[in-house]
Amino acid sequence: MAKQAQALTGLEMRGDGAGRAALLSGRVDTEAAARLWEPLMAEARAAKGLVLDLSKVEAVDTTGATLVLTAEATAGARIEGASPPVLAVLDRVRAALAAPRPKPVPYRFAPITGIGRRVVEAGRNALDAVGFLGELLVVVLATLIRPHRLRFRELLRHLDEAGTRAFGLAVLLGSLLGVILAFQSAIPLRRFGAEIFVPNLVGISLLRELGPLMAGVVLAGRTGSAYAAELGTMTVNEEVAALRIMGIDPMALLVLPRVLAGMLVMPVLSLLLTLAGLIGMAMIMGMLGFPLTTVTQQLAATITLGDLLGGLFKSLFFGLAIAAIGCRAGLGAGRGPRAVGDAATAAVVGGIVAIVLLDGGFAVLYERLGL
Amino acid sequence: MTGDAPALLRRPGEAAKPEAPAFGPAVIVAEHLTARFGTNTLFRDVSFAVKRGEVFVILGGSGCGKSTLLKLMIGLVPPAEGTVSILGTDVWSTEGEARLGLLKRIGVMWQQGALFGSQTLLENVIMPLAEHTTLPPAAREEVARAKLGLVGLSEAASRLPSEVSGGMLKRAGIARALALDPAILFLDEPSAGLDPITSAGLDELIRDLSRSLGTTFVVVTHELASILAIGDRCIMLDREAKGMIAEGDPRDLRDHSTHPTVRAFFRREAA
Repeated sequence: MAKQAQALTGLEMRGDGAGRAALLSGRVDTEAAARLWEPLMAEARAAKGLVLDLSKVEAVDTTGATLVLTAEATAGARIEGASPPVLAVLDRVRAALAAPRPKPVPYRFAPITGIGRRVVEAGRNALDAVGFLGELLVVVLATLIRPHRLRFRELLRHLDEAGTRAFGLAVLLGSLLGVILAFQSAIPLRRFGAEIFVPNLVGISLLRELGPLMAGVVLAGRTGSAYAAELGTMTVNEEVAALRIMGIDPMALLVLPRVLAGMLVMPVLSLLLTLAGLIGMAMIMGMLGFPLTTVTQQLAATITLGDLLGGLFKSLFFGLAIAAIGCRAGLGAGRGPRAVGDAATAAVVGGIVAIVLLDGGFAVLYERLGL
Repeated sequence: MTGDAPALLRRPGEAAKPEAPAFGPAVIVAEHLTARFGTNTLFRDVSFAVKRGEVFVILGGSGCGKSTLLKLMIGLVPPAEGTVSILGTDVWSTEGEARLGLLKRIGVMWQQGALFGSQTLLENVIMPLAEHTTLPPAAREEVARAKLGLVGLSEAASRLPSEVSGGMLKRAGIARALALDPAILFLDEPSAGLDPITSAGLDELIRDLSRSLGTTFVVVTHELASILAIGDRCIMLDREAKGMIAEGDPRDLRDHSTHPTVRAFFRREAA
C-alpha cells in the first residue's frame, strides 16, 4: 500500500499569484498526507486564494481529508474537481472539524493558591484520618462487646499473609543488618582496641530502634501496599459500596481483621528481625576472634528486658499505623486505572513516614520516662 | 477504503444481501475455524467471508464464543484448526513487518474502550498516529481532532477517560480505532452496558461511518436492536451446537428462519 501511495499520490503546483493551484492526485491517504502535509501547508501559507484541484484524486481517507481541509482553511482556498465519493468524505470530515472544541485552559503560575490548595487538602486529609481512626475505634469497641463480629478466619488469613509469609524476609534482612552494623562499627572501634563493645552497640541499636523500624519497613512495603491494592481494587469495582448497601460495615469486615493482623505480627517480625541481626553480629564477632560466650556476656551486661519490651511495645503501634494507613488508602481510592497504584504508593510512603514519626515520639516518651 | 463508491452510495437503512453487488470483494475469509481451550471446544468448523464495505455482525447468546471468534480473527487467540485471512494476508502465518502492516489496516474497539487512563481522549487518538505515521505533531493533533469530531467528541478532547460516560468511552474507542483510517474496524460489544438512547446513537454512528467512509465493520453483539439496526449480514453462533447455526441478512433470519434457536433469539423467547 505504501509503494502504491508513493507512486500514485503527488502534489503538483501550477500557476502564480491569484491563479496558483495545487493539483493533488492518486490516493490521498494517511501515508500520502504525512508526506504532503508540510509542502502543501507551506504553499497554503504563501498563496492566499489557492485552488485545491482534486480532479485527479482517486480516493481520500479521513486523514487525507483533514490535510485538504486544513490547507483550505489556511489559504482561504477553494476546492475544485472532487468526485462525489471524495466530496462525501470531505463533507463528513468538515462537519467533524467544525464541531466545537474544548476551551483551552490557560496555564496560570499561581504559587500562593497552589500552596493554599495543598494546605487545605492536607487539612482535609488529616480530618479524614481522624475520622477513620474514630470509626476504627468504634468498631473495636463494638467488637469487644460482641466478639462474634470479628471474622476469625479472615484474621487468621491475614496473620498468615502478613506474618508467617514475611518471616523469611525478616530473617534475611535482620541477619544482613546485623552483619553490616557489626562490620561498620568494628572498623572505628578497632582503632581504639574497643571491638569488644560491638555487641553493646549493635544490641542496643537493634533492640531499641533498628529492629522495630526495619520490621516496620518490611510490613509497610509488603503488607501495607497489599492492603491498599486489595481494598483499592474492591473500591474501584464498587464492592465496598455493595457491602455498605447490604448493611455490612466495611470497617468490621475488611479493616478490623487487617489492622489486628498488622498489630499482632509486628512485634513478632520485630523480634525475629532483631534476633537474626544479633546472630549476624555474633557471626562477624566470631570472624574477628571473639567467641560466642564473650558476645553473649557483653550483650547480657548491656541490654535489659526493658530495651526488648520497649522495642516490641512501640512495634505494636507501628503495625497499627501501617495497617490502618494501608486500609484507608485503599478505601479512599479514586476512579480509573491509576487509583489502585496511587493507593499502594500512598500506603507505603504514608506507612514509612508514620513509623518514623512514631519512633521519634516514642524516643522522647522513653527518655522522659527514664527507660 | 475511501474509494468504495458502492458503500458511499448506499442509502441509510438499506440492507444488502450477501450476494448483493453493493459490496466489494471479500476482505476477511475464515475457513473451518475451531476454538478449543484444553478439552473444551467452544465452536468448530466455522467458515464465512466478510465483504468490503459491509457491516458484518457476529451474534449469539452468552458463552457461545463471539468474542473468542473476534480475538481469533485479529490474531490474539490462535485457532485450534482453520485459517483466517484479512485483506489477503493469513493472520496466523504472517510475522514481522507484514504483520505490523496488517495490524495498521485494522482497528479494534474493545468492550470497555481500553483507553489509556493517564492520557486525555485526544492523546489516546494521537498515540497510534505518532507511532505509525510521519505526520508532523501539529498535523497529528488536527487529524486526531477530526477523528474525535467524527464520533461527536470534539468538546471532550481534553478529558481523561475517567471523566467521561460509558457511551463516550465507546465513541472514543472508535475514534482511536479509526486513527489510522483502517480498512476494517472490529467492534466488541459496542452496545453493552449502554442505555437504549446512547446505544441507538452508537448504532447510528456505525452506520454513518460505514456509509460515509466505506469502512468494513465486524461487530460482535447480542443486542437485538443493534443487530437489526446496523447489520448488513450476520452469522449466529450457538453454544449447544458448538458452531455456526445461521448466516444471512438479520432481518431475513428474523422473519424466515426455521431454526428454533435462531427464532428464539430474534423473538426473545426462552430456548
